[in-house]
Amino acid sequence: MTDSMQHAGLLTLISNPALTLGWVGLGRRYRTVRWCTRFDAARPWARPRSATPSPKLGPVLGSRGESGLARLALPVVRPVGRPKGADGWRSGSVQPPEGVARLLGGMGASGLSSHIERYGMRPNGSRAFISEVGRSGLRGRGGAAFPTARKLGSVAGRRQPVVVANGTEGEPLSGKDKTLLTSVPHLVLDGAALVAETVGATEIIVCIERGAGRPAAALAEALAQRRGADNLDVRLLATPNRFVVGEETALIHWLNGGDAKPTLVPPRPFERGVGGRPTLVQNVETLAHLALIARFGASWFRRLGTAGDPGTRLLSVSGGVSHPGILEVASGSAMREALDAAGRPPGPPPAVLVGGYFGTWLAPEHVAVVDLDRDSMLAVGASPGCGVLWALPDGVCGLAESARVARWYADQSAGQCGPCFNGLPNIADAFMALVNGSRPAEAAAALRRWLPMVTGRGACRHPDGAARFIASALRVFEDEVDLHARQGPCEASRRPPRLPTPAGGGWR
Amino acid sequence: MTMHLAVDWINCEAHGMCYALFPERISADDWGYPIIDDRPIPRPLEPLARRAAEACPTMALLMIIERSTRA
Repeated sequence: MTDSMQHAGLLTLISNPALTLGWVGLGRRYRTVRWCTRFDAARPWARPRSATPSPKLGPVLGSRGESGLARLALPVVRPVGRPKGADGWRSGSVQPPEGVARLLGGMGASGLSSHIERYGMRPNGSRAFISEVGRSGLRGRGGAAFPTARKLGSVAGRRQPVVVANGTEGEPLSGKDKTLLTSVPHLVLDGAALVAETVGATEIIVCIERGAGRPAAALAEALAQRRGADNLDVRLLATPNRFVVGEETALIHWLNGGDAKPTLVPPRPFERGVGGRPTLVQNVETLAHLALIARFGASWFRRLGTAGDPGTRLLSVSGGVSHPGILEVASGSAMREALDAAGRPPGPPPAVLVGGYFGTWLAPEHVAVVDLDRDSMLAVGASPGCGVLWALPDGVCGLAESARVARWYADQSAGQCGPCFNGLPNIADAFMALVNGSRPAEAAAALRRWLPMVTGRGACRHPDGAARFIASALRVFEDEVDLHARQGPCEASRRPPRLPTPAGGGWR
Repeated sequence: MTMHLAVDWINCEAHGMCYALFPERISADDWGYPIIDDRPIPRPLEPLARRAAEACPTMALLMIIERSTRA
């Protein structure tokens, strides 16, 4: 919506009759950043064990303490790249990665020298890079699939922008960002430095979730190696473990000293973000792709993938497979192939949860035919989202699993918006009633009424995600709904849960 | 110039003034929160919309005014 508003010369004003007051009220939510130098060594994640930061460096990973944002004495890094003007942004000396493992092929090259050996020096970012990104057709890999060039363009040229590399992977089934940060941290940092130069930012904040020890250690080590190489102020922060934290406005609100809860838009982050400054929030996988596009160009990027959704994408495949893990596939590969690669047992395909809890269930007949690109997925009512594939294991009740996730959705609400904190618990109860076969007709009617009633009615898309997930479960497990209505909960629904529903901690 | 209504969901506390005052375009959901008909408000109804927005105790009913910048 905001994008359409930006266009076509429409000036959008939000006015409340109590004009000034209304805006003052809004303004208070965007508190200025209170910097502080506290570093909490008591928390285990705060001091990664495998990394030994040099004493000069000071703490490389901290949290925003109780009294504000921890300002970390962090490596100021000089460009690890050819000097400006060398030959635009394309690398001449290193062969571009052939094959599908563009990102994960760099595994084992986590040190700076082996990283440069494999990928070459990092080119510098410039405004021209935005059109190159536009030609590449890259879309954000965090889930929303927003065209990256447009996002870059929205921040470029604004005053004192900030870049946030978003590695908060709140989606319980997703592990690709953590894997990426652990295995090729320099690629992500290259991307972050590159977009910072592109939009004119001198400050980068890398956010990962608390408790993610290995990626934190890898990043800290990588930052130490790049010390003085990028000429940028890079900080590493560990965010609260909550599903909505990865949402841009929630992340920014937390960075600004508040709870990690979403805020009203507009203003969007690109208008007013960290410290009130224009802020570019990019998922870390997106940044890694950008680091490669800068080196090898848009046409190289388009060599894999489909015309509408080019490049490769990372998948987190788990559930009923023998080798759960992270895969990199060319966009547009068959979903069956990805599942087979992760060790799906022979036989007809299972129902698959695509895009994680913020995604949708796909019925086996769709799983059998759909390709892993945006257009093919949209045609069957799904989207690649953040790249999660969870295959429903044999002998597991998809309905009961989904009901537990519905409950989790209610528990993960930030509790700010009425339709969300009232609607989601009601919906979870109704769903549970459906699973238990108690008054199923009433429960089904209640769900039909409430799912649309929470959709589009919150500051963020949390209730929309819940409604979409639940509606897809009811569609894909239609037969089970009937069965449960007639015979009560099935035997499988009494087994221990298979889908994780992590409790999530505080909001600070 | 067109006007439509939107809700600041974080500030809305379901006081219900808006749908009491402007039932032509606002109704209540099962939990007392407003359901907004987000079509543009026709000129004759604008005073009603304004009155509803003014009456909101938490100032959560927003009037969004769009106008062309190309004169």
